[in-house]
Amino acid sequence: MTCTLANVTFNGALQIVVYVAVLLALAKPLGGFMARVFDGPVGKAPLGLGAAMGWFERLVYRLCGVGINADGSAVEMGWKPYATGILLFNVLGFIAVYGLERLQHVLPANPAGLGPLESGSAFNTAVSFVTNTNWQGYGGETTMSYLTQMLGLGVQNFLSAATGMAVLVALIRGLSRKCAGTIGNCWVDLTRATLYVLLPLCAMLAVALVSQGVVQTFDGPREVKLTVPLSYGEPVKNDAGEIIKNADGTEQTRTVAVTTQMIPLGPAASQIAIKQLGTNGGGFFNVNSAHPLENPTPLSNFMEVLAILLIPAALCLTFGEMVKDRRQGWAVLAAMVVIFVPLLAATYWFEAQGNPRIAAGAHGVDQSASGLSPGGNMEGKEARLGVAGSAEWAAATTAASNGSVNAMHDSFTPLGGLIPMWLMQLGEVVFGGVGSGLYGMLMFVIVAVFVAGLMVGRTPEYLGKKIEPFEMKMAAMCVLVPCALVLVGTATAVLVPQGQTTSNPGPHGFGQILYAFSSAGNNNGSAFAGLSANTPFYNIALGLVMWFSRFWIIVPVLAAAGSLASKKVTPTTSGTLPTHTPVFVLMLVAVVIVVGALTFVPALALGPIAEHLQLVHR
Amino acid sequence: MLAHLRPALVLFLLLSIVTGVVYPLAITGVARVAFADKASGSIINANGKPVGSSLIGQEFGTSDPAAAAALAKWFWGRTSAAGPAPYTALNVEKGTGSSGSNLAPTNPVLIDNVKARVAALAAADAAVQVNRPAGQGIPIDLVTSSGSGLDPHISPAAAEYQVPRVAKARGVSEDTVRGLVLKHTVGRTMGVLGEPVVNVLELNLALDAAASKR
Repeated sequence: MTCTLANVTFNGALQIVVYVAVLLALAKPLGGFMARVFDGPVGKAPLGLGAAMGWFERLVYRLCGVGINADGSAVEMGWKPYATGILLFNVLGFIAVYGLERLQHVLPANPAGLGPLESGSAFNTAVSFVTNTNWQGYGGETTMSYLTQMLGLGVQNFLSAATGMAVLVALIRGLSRKCAGTIGNCWVDLTRATLYVLLPLCAMLAVALVSQGVVQTFDGPREVKLTVPLSYGEPVKNDAGEIIKNADGTEQTRTVAVTTQMIPLGPAASQIAIKQLGTNGGGFFNVNSAHPLENPTPLSNFMEVLAILLIPAALCLTFGEMVKDRRQGWAVLAAMVVIFVPLLAATYWFEAQGNPRIAAGAHGVDQSASGLSPGGNMEGKEARLGVAGSAEWAAATTAASNGSVNAMHDSFTPLGGLIPMWLMQLGEVVFGGVGSGLYGMLMFVIVAVFVAGLMVGRTPEYLGKKIEPFEMKMAAMCVLVPCALVLVGTATAVLVPQGQTTSNPGPHGFGQILYAFSSAGNNNGSAFAGLSANTPFYNIALGLVMWFSRFWIIVPVLAAAGSLASKKVTPTTSGTLPTHTPVFVLMLVAVVIVVGALTFVPALALGPIAEHLQLVHR
Repeated sequence: MLAHLRPALVLFLLLSIVTGVVYPLAITGVARVAFADKASGSIINANGKPVGSSLIGQEFGTSDPAAAAALAKWFWGRTSAAGPAPYTALNVEKGTGSSGSNLAPTNPVLIDNVKARVAALAAADAAVQVNRPAGQGIPIDLVTSSGSGLDPHISPAAAEYQVPRVAKARGVSEDTVRGLVLKHTVGRTMGVLGEPVVNVLELNLALDAAASKR
């Protein structure tokens, strides 16, 4: 027996509750663990990881020429050298991915014999993976050799996530130190994030995914014989590549018989583990985690969707540990949860309602949910995942800057698709990317403290640090740069003919363009995938937007970190605004929502909201 | 800047080797030992020959009413937006593979596709004279395309809807067919996660195997 309320099932709601509960339960131990990793001495790490990989860590520093002090800690850097190191490291990543993509046809591990990528697509993809966006203008199984996937894209999945964590940890040090000239060593932070946090978690997740049926092999695709042979009509072309037409103007077609099916394989599980845990999101296969070989079972789905938010949620508590006031970490996490859960529930609600045009136009279709049928809007969704599992993923992947999908967002109901779009437009600070979500949110915290300070007429302070014009300028930049990139990019695409590659008519077509720039401008990577984005215009425009939205935030964040580190700590008085109380949590939520709503509601009204009105009022 | 070049280059190379070579190779090794079958695509063999993957669907149905009668004896899966043929998991030559339709709910093409599918299902029913009770709805997953275009499953409701047609087309009792459906139905994981599903390819292969035994 299944109880349903307006097509929302008890079981669907239960799945969401279980998800949030397990996430929060795992965040606490992982948060504490990461604090010990980032505060720990060189060559040592908790849980025996230091014993296993400490020798390698020391070797890395010796080869890199990282100085070690007499007390065993690494020589630290000020914010400018730290930022230079991070930028240089990422530029190298870009060059490496671009090179691999352009040369994959002459490099090994290419059993399907795929050719090199065209330069625009290679540029876009390289930027996309270096910036932790993982926007994909290509289909993985038909474009990328195993070597490119592993050594190019797979590596950047790790290193872009490590970059996010390093920048975050530098900012946290800026907040927790007093009168200091340094904010850590970027090489050490990148190394420790990769070796002690990302690799062990990925190894566990990857093996668990293989146990569910995710493929992991270097064998080429496997051919199987179809039980029922098929055929399809294909237009006949002349030598010049033009379609030959019959006398009556119709296209000539010939029948092509299909008797076999090729099963794509590859080292997928290892890459899927990091694409989920590192909030990367770039799928091994074209349809990402909707692909049954990428996400075969409800259990694999649960592990993958959990992995999306796991590190971003845990980092909030790492922050609390590192500033030696756990309440501050819980307060930021609480603000994220308060925004996330209602939006997730709403996505599920809208998707469960189904499509009124199918109800009205195609007679005899049953969209009601029951114990035997998922019901609701099933176009673009997988049967094993259903409406609740797809909605849960859509909200999580856009709240985090992950961008992987397990259902096609383009086919969501207008309001069910509006929420993922808006979650990105909030600046990817509700959980957000690994590291980048929390450093973005801490910039919003600075804005919130400033606004609260204005309201009560006191000098704004956060964790004892005075917030002064320089920090406010940096915070304002972090808040405004993505907004500007999204809106200017969308406006440009709408105005030029090269931008008109939408696949759906009317307001939904506009929504496809807005979604693309919201995704790129916030380093998310998911798409309303009907948009033909593998064109020179979109490859270059979205590539530039991704690059600027990543590094025009990282640099101001590190500048703020340097400035904060050098400040004195003001003693707490009765007039200090506490930043761990429910009142402040609500203040922070309000600032995030107001900025996101004021900036984007006009654009959303032209897209999904107009489409919704079309749908309900025919 | 130059002082940073050496650590940047060295670190990039070392971490590339660890995360891009050692890590995937180690996982592949573990996968080969512990889950050999699942790591290489969960291939189904019949008479020693590979006939499919239990995770990748195959096309048994149609949205063309004229082609429906010949396919009445099979359980149909989701409709597939993969191309050029439905359920194409990989076509290197054409550069196609998994794909959703990406049709918006307001797109008239979506409604046309659903109507064509409804008509094809009705034609298959008519071909074997299945009479349905008035008001019996077609479960939504049977008339919509999946996210991957390769969905191996349908809902138990979508399978039950097809039981009378398949039974008649094959000249066996509905209870026999229903028994096989039940055997190939998987419930929610731990009673909570996901949705209950029926594996279409495995069910159809079992139907054929049962027929050849008689």
